[in-house]
Amino acid sequence: MPDFAPTDYQAMLLSAKVALTATLLSLPLGFAVAWLLVFSRVPGKALIDGLVNLPLVLPPVVVGYLLLLALGSQGWLGGVLDAWGVRVIFTWKAAVLASMVVGFPLLVRAIRLGMESIDTHLIQASRTLGAPWYDTLFTVILPLSTRALIAGATLMFARSLGEFGATIIVAGNIPGVTQTIPLAIFDYTNTPGGDRLALGLCLVSIALALAVLLFNEGLVKRRQRGARS
Amino acid sequence: MKLELSLRKRYADFAFAADFSVEGTRLGVFGPSGSGKSTLMHLLAGLLPPDDGFIRLNDEVLFDAARGLCLAPEKRRIAVVFQHAHLFPHLSVRANLLYGYKRLKRKERRIDPAALYEVLNLGPLLGRGVTSLSGGERQRVALGRAVLAHPRLILMDEPVSGLDDALKYQILPYLRKAFAEFGIPLIFISHSLNEMRLMCDTVLEFGKGRLLAQTSAEELARRRLAESPVGYINLLRLDDRRPKEDLSDYRWGDKRLILTGGNGEGAGMFELSSKDVTLFKRHPEASSARNILPCRVSGLFAAGNRLGVELDCGGATLVSQVVHEAARDLGLHPGSEVFAVIKASAFRRLY
Repeated sequence: MPDFAPTDYQAMLLSAKVALTATLLSLPLGFAVAWLLVFSRVPGKALIDGLVNLPLVLPPVVVGYLLLLALGSQGWLGGVLDAWGVRVIFTWKAAVLASMVVGFPLLVRAIRLGMESIDTHLIQASRTLGAPWYDTLFTVILPLSTRALIAGATLMFARSLGEFGATIIVAGNIPGVTQTIPLAIFDYTNTPGGDRLALGLCLVSIALALAVLLFNEGLVKRRQRGARS
Repeated sequence: MKLELSLRKRYADFAFAADFSVEGTRLGVFGPSGSGKSTLMHLLAGLLPPDDGFIRLNDEVLFDAARGLCLAPEKRRIAVVFQHAHLFPHLSVRANLLYGYKRLKRKERRIDPAALYEVLNLGPLLGRGVTSLSGGERQRVALGRAVLAHPRLILMDEPVSGLDDALKYQILPYLRKAFAEFGIPLIFISHSLNEMRLMCDTVLEFGKGRLLAQTSAEELARRRLAESPVGYINLLRLDDRRPKEDLSDYRWGDKRLILTGGNGEGAGMFELSSKDVTLFKRHPEASSARNILPCRVSGLFAAGNRLGVELDCGGATLVSQVVHEAARDLGLHPGSEVFAVIKASAFRRLY
């Protein structure tokens, strides 16, 4: 076990906190957008789909820079937030935001795949049995999307753990404040003699990712058992 | 139930157009696949928006293009039983059954779930998950789910087409019983003539997206005698079975019929093709056929190159078919007396 500095432990905690917050905040939004794309009759679905997927094909640095422009004190969003006394740039909240934007397409993609596999007859049956659309959404579509939600959340969490490009631009690399595991590894690789610590953090990353995957598997299995009984 | 509608719906390769007004509680929609039956079902239930027209059910407007009115499916109170049950896989049988019931206002909950479970024999299934049910059980649950929602109308879209014959005829009596018991009007959509005759009184015949005829199931069956290789299917309700050596002796009206054994127990519905009813002018005295019934011709109807012969056998009706030459030889005319001869093996139990 390498001799981690206190800031390294902070980086580990921060990474988990950022990834968890980003995932939890994105879940309802991701579910809503996936529903919009799969079931609603809104015009311009292709455009919404394109916008949602844009961060997937853009370099994360570009995403980070655009976020910086929007959230900076001169930016349109930054101005509004400033008026409320909220500062986002170079805080852990910015890291959350960066993770949310970058991971969102993965989340929506996974939920959408799950929703598309729901038999439309089930939705029709629910409607003809007296359920309004929002009732159907919560009693049929949501329960039948749980697996996809778990899969999407896992992907998003893992992606957030590894988020680097957008985070370093919009949140900076401040040890103990906004330095997550990837940023700390980046620092160590630039420091003479930091190889061992960088490798140590890599191992922590692997362990965290593995734990998330196993957790996901466990949840899915439990749901399958629940559905059978 | 009174249903009036005028609907238009156009797809790239198919156009649906129908205008009709019909009253009754057991309505059939008959036609081959691609005739527009399912489109009609979707339009009625509000699952598909029509391009133009109106729908009035018991004088309430469900859709009116002119007024821009289109009631959402949940407001129409028209329940649907689909071909493949489509039970909610994440819910138990009980939760499936109560899905619509729980969404009714308390004063609208007119049907007692326990009474329905009894009629459809659902008791043993209640605690189970829907994935473990057989095809027939699934359809019974789907029907129960629709009935408990206490709709103004139940649409059944080929509800037994996915089942094999044995299972199909096991389900149909349940359907008949449930509709008789709870008095919910039904529209039964099917391409099977037998199902139409067992389930419906009035039949709307569709073809290529158009309404071809508004008729009765009986009329439809007679008209089809000309085209069908199996002839007209007589549906006979037989009861009071008495074993007779290796045969069975059943009561049919005030007559008795001999059937080959192994046809199951007790009362039931049997089919008999008009081809299997041979007519004799005089009593044949000795015959290999076990049933020789004196009848009176009550009507004749043309069916292509054949003639359908409606026979009155002591109050019960039987239809036979003959070629024109045979009709002349027998001197058939309404009122003439003949003997209908039927082999014991010609009957087939439906349920």
